[in-house]
Amino acid sequence: MNWVIENLPLIGQRTLEHLALSIPPIVLSFVLSVPLGWLANRYRPSRGVLLTVLGLLYAVPSLPLLIVLPIILGTGARDSINVVVALTLYGIALMVRTTSDALGSVSSDISQSATAMGFSPWTRFWKVDLPLAGPVLLAGIRVVAVSTVSLVTVGAVLGIKSLGLLFTDGLQRNIVAEVFAGMVATIALALVIDAVLVLIGRLVMPWTRATRVAPTRRARLTAEAAAS
Amino acid sequence: MIEFRQVSKQFPDGTLAVDDFSLVIPSRKTTVFVGSSGCGKTTILRMINRMIDRTSGSIEIDGEDIVGLDKVKLRRRIGYVMQNSGLLPHRKVIDNVATVPLLNGVPKKQAHARALELLDTVGLDRSLANRYPSQLSGGQQQRVGVARGLAADPNILLMDEPFGAVDPLVRAELQQELIRLQRELDKTVVFVTHDIDEAFLLGDQVVILQKGGVIVQKGSPTEILSAPANDFVADFIGATKGKRALHIDRRDGREVVLDSEGRAAGVLVDGPTGGSKDAPA
Repeated sequence: MNWVIENLPLIGQRTLEHLALSIPPIVLSFVLSVPLGWLANRYRPSRGVLLTVLGLLYAVPSLPLLIVLPIILGTGARDSINVVVALTLYGIALMVRTTSDALGSVSSDISQSATAMGFSPWTRFWKVDLPLAGPVLLAGIRVVAVSTVSLVTVGAVLGIKSLGLLFTDGLQRNIVAEVFAGMVATIALALVIDAVLVLIGRLVMPWTRATRVAPTRRARLTAEAAAS
Repeated sequence: MIEFRQVSKQFPDGTLAVDDFSLVIPSRKTTVFVGSSGCGKTTILRMINRMIDRTSGSIEIDGEDIVGLDKVKLRRRIGYVMQNSGLLPHRKVIDNVATVPLLNGVPKKQAHARALELLDTVGLDRSLANRYPSQLSGGQQQRVGVARGLAADPNILLMDEPFGAVDPLVRAELQQELIRLQRELDKTVVFVTHDIDEAFLLGDQVVILQKGGVIVQKGSPTEILSAPANDFVADFIGATKGKRALHIDRRDGREVVLDSEGRAAGVLVDGPTGGSKDAPA
């Protein structure tokens, strides 16, 4: 416990570094999954191939990927870009299927009615299909967020700064409290990001929280409307 | 006026949904397509706003072939009301009603003001404006659907079984509401239903369809009832039995109208002045 109290600034520093490595992959995988998910949903033949290939990305072990990426990208071995790219790939692997399913779950009645109103396909996608896919997209990105926060730690093996360094350092120097602090901080960070995502979801999708009118109240409202 | 000339629609799977369909839909009247499911009535309706494109033939609105028109612009000037309202669940009632004006770039404030007026028009309380569709009853949602269809003040209003999914009491109320609206607004209404009672109640022109969009008979409700074209029509409109096959019986000096089962349907009185609704103008 003493170690933790003495090293609070270090833990804080590592947490911020961890956060800085986590946010870009979460945002990028969300953004990039939208066109890919749209493609998979729109053109059925592409769906099987696209989802399988992208899904397989998740099966690539993270450590070798982090070693290979600098060679492919021409970046330095300890460059944080590698982590961002690798985790974005994992994020996409998880998120594209969700995005495709989310877009596919939009009721065809509503899509057709939007078309009949005179939404162009482009406007309909942004103003109807995507918002209505929102709750499922949110569920997907929450999984990606938690997965990303946990995977960022792997970079520590290559010396990329994150809470993962507390694991490697703690193991090497046999400081149990340091390893433990790294774990707790990682989980706490994941929980905070998850909570923020839920909050964002509530703000941008207010209709999902609209309380349905109970039957008795509904009957009364109908009666009122009829009387007025 | 909407004119169909020898219109056919074949779907990619080979189904010939509509075969050689010709019809004139007069302006400012209500035309009702009625028939069993699969007769092509919805396909015909959706060809008017090009939700479905015809395979051959031509469809003209006021003499203009709709093939040359931009689909999106065409749809914005034709009102559309469907079953289950089709309201956008993520938008408040007021934004749903204002959908088309907002798409057309009308300033939000102005579109909302007009939407509130439309809520009055369809008999909804303005306090519902800030609710989401899921917070309304089925009948209220359907009214919002009608208000949305009217928002851009279209000349044509397409209604695809709009009252099919609400309970009978609410349906009767909505039908009366539509009759009132039509008296006030004078739109060209094209209405699809499988309910012959609804067709006779709302239609100036009723078109009875059979599979493939074949017109079995068209005319005013009186014309169809007084002279069914064939046994199919007679059977479909129930002219041979039940509450449409009425006869007069004299009881205690009054003329009582009975149905085919002998149950009293009403008494005979002098007709209202002004004649029936589909008497020639």
